[in-house]
Amino acid sequence: MTGARSQIIFYTVAALIALAGLADAAYLTVTHLTGEDVVCGSGDCSVVFGSVYATVAGIPTAAFGALAYFAVFSSALLAAYGYTGARSFLTLAVAVMFGVTVWLLYVQAFILHAFCPFCLLSAALTFFLAGIIVATPSTTP
Amino acid sequence: MKRSLPFLIIAAVAVLTVGAGALLYRAKERAIAGGGVIGPSTSEVGGEPLHVRGQPRAPVTLEEFGDFQCPPCGTAAGVIGKLEQDYGPRLRVVWRNFPLAMHAHALEAALAAEAAGLQGRFWEMHDLLYQNQAAWSEASDVRTFFNTYARSLGLDVERFAKDSTSDEVKARVVSDGEHGVSRGVKNTPTFFINDREVRTAFSPERLHEAIDAALAETTSKPFGANRGLPPAKIPPGEGRK
Repeated sequence: MTGARSQIIFYTVAALIALAGLADAAYLTVTHLTGEDVVCGSGDCSVVFGSVYATVAGIPTAAFGALAYFAVFSSALLAAYGYTGARSFLTLAVAVMFGVTVWLLYVQAFILHAFCPFCLLSAALTFFLAGIIVATPSTTP
Repeated sequence: MKRSLPFLIIAAVAVLTVGAGALLYRAKERAIAGGGVIGPSTSEVGGEPLHVRGQPRAPVTLEEFGDFQCPPCGTAAGVIGKLEQDYGPRLRVVWRNFPLAMHAHALEAALAAEAAGLQGRFWEMHDLLYQNQAAWSEASDVRTFFNTYARSLGLDVERFAKDSTSDEVKARVVSDGEHGVSRGVKNTPTFFINDREVRTAFSPERLHEAIDAALAETTSKPFGANRGLPPAKIPPGEGRK
């Protein structure tokens, strides 16, 4: 398999993962806006979504996540179609998301002492994305 | 065509996401407000007498529209207890029912609390319902749980069971809900501090800030003065011990 073909596969997988993240974040955003309980079984979601970390300047944190996943999806798709400029943006976006995800995991573990499964799913998807970006073969002649 | 395909896909995903989000939002709104528990009617006053805990002349009134089966309301109950300790005579708490249709037993719980209120033990039942929320929320026969709580509070259980299904108690709960609708309440918990809605997702820090701000700006104006309502009537046994 050529490097270019591998790249297309990696970027396509990244786009699909970003789509899953987009669905997760969009669901959380809508749930936050309606004020409904996030159904997660343990009740910890209430703690997470009732905390000050659930919003930034009055906007649900999940909405920023949805935007980020959409940006990643778009850039991964463009990268798969050969738009080289999209690759740098994709790497940058995933790096920022990785950092924010680590921070949010820290908040859940050490400040709120509560975990939201939907947030953990998003974290897993982001880590997966980061892994794919790192593993994507660089362009070879 | 091939060059424009990714842009078409991106646009399609954007439209689908926004569209699905809007549909989900509307569906959730309907689920929250619908179901026959709280109709579109409005009430200017709500159920009376008010359920009040704290000093009648406290400068700050924290009014909650709550649902006994809503987990964030359960979290809020603990937070409010702490706030009552922190602010002492400067804060009083008013409770209003806003049972959501999405919670199968929320209405029955509200009726149980009101039935206990008829025997002067509303707040005690309120606290028990929240402390044991996880236990009764998933039960098929919640009345057994509520009767047990009534017994533990020393209530006349037979009267309690009868009151729980009475028109008087139902009307009280519905009146609270309609009052919430008239004030723009859509979900729970919704808080008003001195009649002003706390317009953010529930958080202990935000409530602290809002109470501090109200304390800073208020004099000992009785609750309801802004809306021309009389100061709350506190029936015997309803005040904070």
